[in-house]
Amino acid sequence: MMGFAILVLFQLVGWLIQHLTGLPLPANVIGLMLFILALFLKWVPLQQVEGAASFLLKYMSLFFVPVIVGSLAFFPYLREHWAVFASSGVVSLLLPLLVTGWLVQSRLQARRNRPREEDAHVHRG
Amino acid sequence: MSIAADPLFGIAVTVIVYAAFLWLQSRRTWVQPLLMTSAVIMIMLVVLRIPVEDYQKGGSWLSFLLGPATIALGVPIYKNAEQIRRSWKPILSGITVGALCGMLSAGLIVLCMGGAAGMAWTIMPKSATTPISMEVSRLYGGYPELTAVLTVLTGLAGSLIGAPLLRLCGVRDETAIGVAIGTTSHGIGTARVLRDSEWMGAVSGFSMGLTGIFVSVLAFPLHLLGF
Repeated sequence: MMGFAILVLFQLVGWLIQHLTGLPLPANVIGLMLFILALFLKWVPLQQVEGAASFLLKYMSLFFVPVIVGSLAFFPYLREHWAVFASSGVVSLLLPLLVTGWLVQSRLQARRNRPREEDAHVHRG
Repeated sequence: MSIAADPLFGIAVTVIVYAAFLWLQSRRTWVQPLLMTSAVIMIMLVVLRIPVEDYQKGGSWLSFLLGPATIALGVPIYKNAEQIRRSWKPILSGITVGALCGMLSAGLIVLCMGGAAGMAWTIMPKSATTPISMEVSRLYGGYPELTAVLTVLTGLAGSLIGAPLLRLCGVRDETAIGVAIGTTSHGIGTARVLRDSEWMGAVSGFSMGLTGIFVSVLAFPLHLLGF
């Protein structure tokens, strides 16, 4: 229960900051950023929140069932514009998937090869 | 039909149907509890002529928990940060480029096909995990409910074809696959790669959390740029 209270507290703080400052970020994301900071600074001990957090994350999909059900009202809109959503959705899934995969792999490989490059540099020098 | 107007109705129906599909999933792995529960409830509401507003009286209790669940995303970020530290530069650059690339391509295609800004913002945040994508969508004039649907569909598609497609295109490094899946397919993709390797799951979980933050932060400059 303590863990759940801590999570709700950060949600509340995020919400307060968002309302008071008008920061262009979702309130929950402000709360999340502060929570990560608090974990790294050891203000919040991990074992105190771990139980509540893993429960919420494990069953998170249950919590957006009502949101998905709420999309019922948008079915006519979706039917009208499905081609736009489908093309945008497919491209914006595949493009970042491949770009990210290639980028991370090539940067990891470049780093693995770097010691040898430095050797070559010394020899050339 | 006043029973349905009590909050208990929405909560009970959702939890019971969801639990039933979770149980089914433990015997048949292709069962997808979220979409199937939603579909069953939608059909039920339509067939029994129950107003969605009545269902939402209980439903909103459940969706409230998305708030603390979003905060809870900090735990996997913190827990995996130590392991990820060794290669944080490639991973972080991958997440940044992936998040930006996803938002830009989604938004530009909608605008090029003649869609309005509200439509663009409905789909642009969809690489972020659902509770965050919904909120970003709401903040910039999209339809959060549709964003949730698009986010879930993206996650499902990414979890099905993501890893095989990456391997087909020559991306075999587990770290790279983890980042790519976490950045594009959030929690659903993460759950899928976690079945293959704990390391990929950790990288993917970390990437999904950071993608949520980056998408929220990048949304503002993109909004200023005219999206």
